[in-house]
Amino acid sequence: MRIEFLFWRECPSHPEAKELLLEVLAERGIEVPIEWREIRTHEDALAHAFPGSPTIRVDGRDVDPAGAEAAPSLSCRIYRLPDGRVSPVPSRQQLEEALP
Amino acid sequence: MSVIETAPTFDLPGVDGRTHRLEDYADSPVLVLVQSCNHCPYVIAWEGRINDLQKEFADRGVRIVAISSNDAEAYPADSFEAMVAHAHEAGYVFDYLYDESQEVGRALGSERTPEAFVFDADRRLVYHGAVDDNREESLATAHYLRDAIEATLAGETPPIADTPPVGCTVKWRS
Repeated sequence: MRIEFLFWRECPSHPEAKELLLEVLAERGIEVPIEWREIRTHEDALAHAFPGSPTIRVDGRDVDPAGAEAAPSLSCRIYRLPDGRVSPVPSRQQLEEALP
Repeated sequence: MSVIETAPTFDLPGVDGRTHRLEDYADSPVLVLVQSCNHCPYVIAWEGRINDLQKEFADRGVRIVAISSNDAEAYPADSFEAMVAHAHEAGYVFDYLYDESQEVGRALGSERTPEAFVFDADRRLVYHGAVDDNREESLATAHYLRDAIEATLAGETPPIADTPPVGCTVKWRS
């Protein structure tokens, strides 16, 4: 399994998302190295199809596929939660469902 | 960047189609300027609470004015047209102004969206920072902006005058 965690330091969302991801992985007993990738420039965002910070991919699939279609940009990402609310981080449910 | 001590003058277009100036709010005992934008999830998380505060304090003359200074060329979701649409969809009851030159945002010393600046009747800054202490409304326990408005209306100093704003960075033109 390959897990990528892409973030832009100017957005304050990534520490919370990182903590949540590590919690979910621990609960599931999944031990794989996470690829932490800092996006620094607009060119980075384009190169990595980065729709906002943070972006988490499992085996190349975004944990929120609908949100992954947003144009690449250096911004905080908007997650549409299953209950209809908006959040700067994915929900626990989205992370759990993205993992095998 | 340090924040401003007195309210900046401004003359900005609003999503209501009118031009808004600082002096238009001269009768308000409390003026709240909120650095804002459309595309930030933190703004979306807090905008309902900001709207509720405007409704709650409207009959006491409090005016809340949101201002977007974001670079709309780099972030088209923050264009003036998108602001008009977003304000309509979100049901904003407060004024929402477009600071295309970014001069007002620079004058305020803004860094984040949302970021609140509360000015008293003499337009001196009495509170700067976050709306409250949690983007999840049900988990918020310290209501900084509400407390600052209440205290200022009562002629008192807000119990907390400054908190770190939590949100997206203002998108300055490079």
